[in-house]
Amino acid sequence: MTAQPLLAAPHTHTVFTVNRTMLAVVLALTPATVFGLYQFGWPAIFLFVTTVASAYLFEILSLWVAGKPIGPFARDGSALLSGWLVAMTLPPYAPWWVGVVGSGIAIVIAKHMFGGLGQNLFNPAMVARAMLLIALPVHMTTWVPPVGLLNGPDFLQSLAITFAGSTEYDAISSASTLSHIKSQLGAGASMEAITPDLADLKARLFGLVPGSMGETPTLLLLAGGLALVFMRIITLAIPLSVLGTIAGLSFVASTISPGTFAPPILHLTAGSTMLCAFFIATDYVTSPVSALGKVIYGICIGALIFVIRTWGSFPEGVAFAVLLMNACTPLIETYVRPRVFGRTRTGKPLPIVKPNRTKQSAGDKA
Amino acid sequence: MSVLPSLGTLLHPSQFFSFKGVHPDPRKHLSSEHEIEVMPVPTLIRLPLQQHIGAEAEPIVERDDLVLKGQLIAKARGPVSANIHAPTSGRVIAVGHFTAPHPSGLPVPTITIRPDGEDKWGARLPRIRPEDASPEEIAAQVAAAGIVGMGGATFPSAVKLNLRAKYDLHTLVINGAECEPYLTCDDRLMRERAEEIADGIGIMGRALGVKNIIVAIESNKPQAIEVMSRYNRALDYTFQIKVVPTQYPMGSEKHLVRLLTGKETPARALTADLGVVVHNVATAHAVHNAVRYGEPLISRIVTVSGRAIKRPANVKVMIGTPMSEVIDHCGGFTEEPDRLLLGGPMMGQPISNRRVPIVKGANGILALAKSETPGSDVMPCIRCGRCVQSCPVGLTPFEMNARIQADDLDGAAKIGLMDCLTCGCCAYTCPGNIPLVQTFHFAKGKLAEKQSRKHQAEETKRLAEARKAREAAIAEAKRQMMLKRKAEMEAKKKAAAEKAAAEAAEAEPAMQQTQGEANS
Repeated sequence: MTAQPLLAAPHTHTVFTVNRTMLAVVLALTPATVFGLYQFGWPAIFLFVTTVASAYLFEILSLWVAGKPIGPFARDGSALLSGWLVAMTLPPYAPWWVGVVGSGIAIVIAKHMFGGLGQNLFNPAMVARAMLLIALPVHMTTWVPPVGLLNGPDFLQSLAITFAGSTEYDAISSASTLSHIKSQLGAGASMEAITPDLADLKARLFGLVPGSMGETPTLLLLAGGLALVFMRIITLAIPLSVLGTIAGLSFVASTISPGTFAPPILHLTAGSTMLCAFFIATDYVTSPVSALGKVIYGICIGALIFVIRTWGSFPEGVAFAVLLMNACTPLIETYVRPRVFGRTRTGKPLPIVKPNRTKQSAGDKA
Repeated sequence: MSVLPSLGTLLHPSQFFSFKGVHPDPRKHLSSEHEIEVMPVPTLIRLPLQQHIGAEAEPIVERDDLVLKGQLIAKARGPVSANIHAPTSGRVIAVGHFTAPHPSGLPVPTITIRPDGEDKWGARLPRIRPEDASPEEIAAQVAAAGIVGMGGATFPSAVKLNLRAKYDLHTLVINGAECEPYLTCDDRLMRERAEEIADGIGIMGRALGVKNIIVAIESNKPQAIEVMSRYNRALDYTFQIKVVPTQYPMGSEKHLVRLLTGKETPARALTADLGVVVHNVATAHAVHNAVRYGEPLISRIVTVSGRAIKRPANVKVMIGTPMSEVIDHCGGFTEEPDRLLLGGPMMGQPISNRRVPIVKGANGILALAKSETPGSDVMPCIRCGRCVQSCPVGLTPFEMNARIQADDLDGAAKIGLMDCLTCGCCAYTCPGNIPLVQTFHFAKGKLAEKQSRKHQAEETKRLAEARKAREAAIAEAKRQMMLKRKAEMEAKKKAAAEKAAAEAAEAEPAMQQTQGEANS
């Protein structure tokens, strides 16, 4: 019998491989994506397909340049997921090249320049979003109301919107919930005055508001996120700490000064809070691995989102909050380690407590 | 106690935050409903002299000796060792070397017996009544019977029964968790021989002088739990039957003790430091046989399973039976197995030579088909943290792996390499199929080698220095001696000179006298 390499235990393996994990995340994103695409119509579908396809092309190109085996890496699903997430954060009527540039930034700059799968320090989708937001402020903040696939621009019109830069759409561009609050509060209006202008809670929960392609259906994102938790792909540590911190801080702020701060329910249902908590912040590569590390990371992201949304110059702070904390992940990793069995947190063996025989026998007599 | 799993145990709510341990597909159904069957006497028996932790046993038979069933053929050497007995009657055809039941496949000292097929008993050990016997007598009987930990650790049981002398013991934990997938030998043993096991547990409790006895069984063995709950008394003891969650590695001694008593064994300490001793159910059964009937440990129950086995079964086989004969007894293979293992799939040893014997610690023979084994494609680490969350020790396997790959063994040791149990949870759960635990095995070996080399270098240095010091001391002593002698010589000379002077002085007047006489 010839010796086979590396035939050591364990001789059984979990069904979760890298590509199955990625596909499960994509699957969890699908309901929200399909709903978003339906709401925003053909332009969104074109942009989505362009973005994901170009992400795949960039991935294959990068692998080829880096001299890595293209087969197994192209099948791992990570490029699909990155491209998908980039697309979900784009405004639905953005021209095609915004999606291609976004994919390029995510795959080439944020992922492969750091060494490819598993080596990137920053979340590729968030790098793309932050860079696009700064470089293309107009394209990235042109929102349209969700009118549904059938009531929106027809197929040919949509082709013109996505691929020819046509701006002749019937739909009036409108502000997203968060940008509306930001501009109104900035203009001196009080929260009480702004609230009636905003979409109601039901619309925000179901995703009937203007916003990025995939961030609006809050409930569907929540359901997808919980599905990931049940599949044991992510734990609740990061989502709960992100959402809890945003809710807690905004509750305190809006209780102290209801006129100048948005209430917690608005923070949780507007913008990409849900998408961030379950799908962005939980990105394996860029978040800490230990449970306590995850909680610290989640709390900091939540706090940063609140701070940027409230006092920053951008209405939405998810991308910056996540990127800042990505940079802190190695630090958290170094200092927050799980406690080793039989040792204290400092690594010393636990003290040996001798069982007290006399005490026990006394107890027995009694 | 409820046998039906509650919603809580199904969902594992705590696992939404962290995993700890893994839940591999148990696949116990392959063999769990097959009653224990007794395998006939094999055509050949091979008994390695080292089937236990500690020193190798010393053979006391020679080639062409006729041996009877139960006869002592190799004697324990030193305090941590175990006797080996002939499992059947026959003729010793060799006392030499044969391939070890170990992945290395290296030859180890082995006694080979050709059974005569009569299976004739020789003299058994003297029976003792545990009710009247002293703890020392029971431990001595267990030692004489050559019983070792049968869960796979193979630590001589008598040594563990004698811990009473050194530690304040209060609890005996009987490990019936059987957390490895596929294996059902302990499950079947509990279902079919509960009364005997209970008696063995009582005897061990008496030998240890403990107050409490806890029998821990995983929740996936409801029948075993039910039967053991009926037989929960022996020798003045009433055992607590505790149902523990089905999870790997539940059978790990220190983790089981923490779950049952809430106490965590400090690093580098023993559970005995907490007053707890853990024994396996199969060991309890062997103790019962040894004490009540004077039967040494000459057979054990082995699970033969895996999808490549035609007829999965739980077989009572003689120690020393070649693996191939056990497999043939179970109908052979349905297909060429991808991996042939001795032990469970999480920690078992791959075997390439099928003629290797069943040893005392072998609890399973698994022939895994291609569909059951992991592929060989390795993806890079995506830092998913599954290894960290599943590690029962609380290590960061992906980081240890990275350090070992970068040849930073000391760095890996600093973050806990030596605390690793090598349970394999990390490699099992890794979505990239990275050989984590395999790397740790390698690194531990390398580190041990490095340490022994360092120790050797230090020892050499110490010896050289000692020699230098000794030589210096000898030289110094010589010098002192020389000085002393010189001083003595000088003193002698001086004394001689003085004497001579005195004599001269004495002689002088006389001389003067004579001179004067002569002058006058």
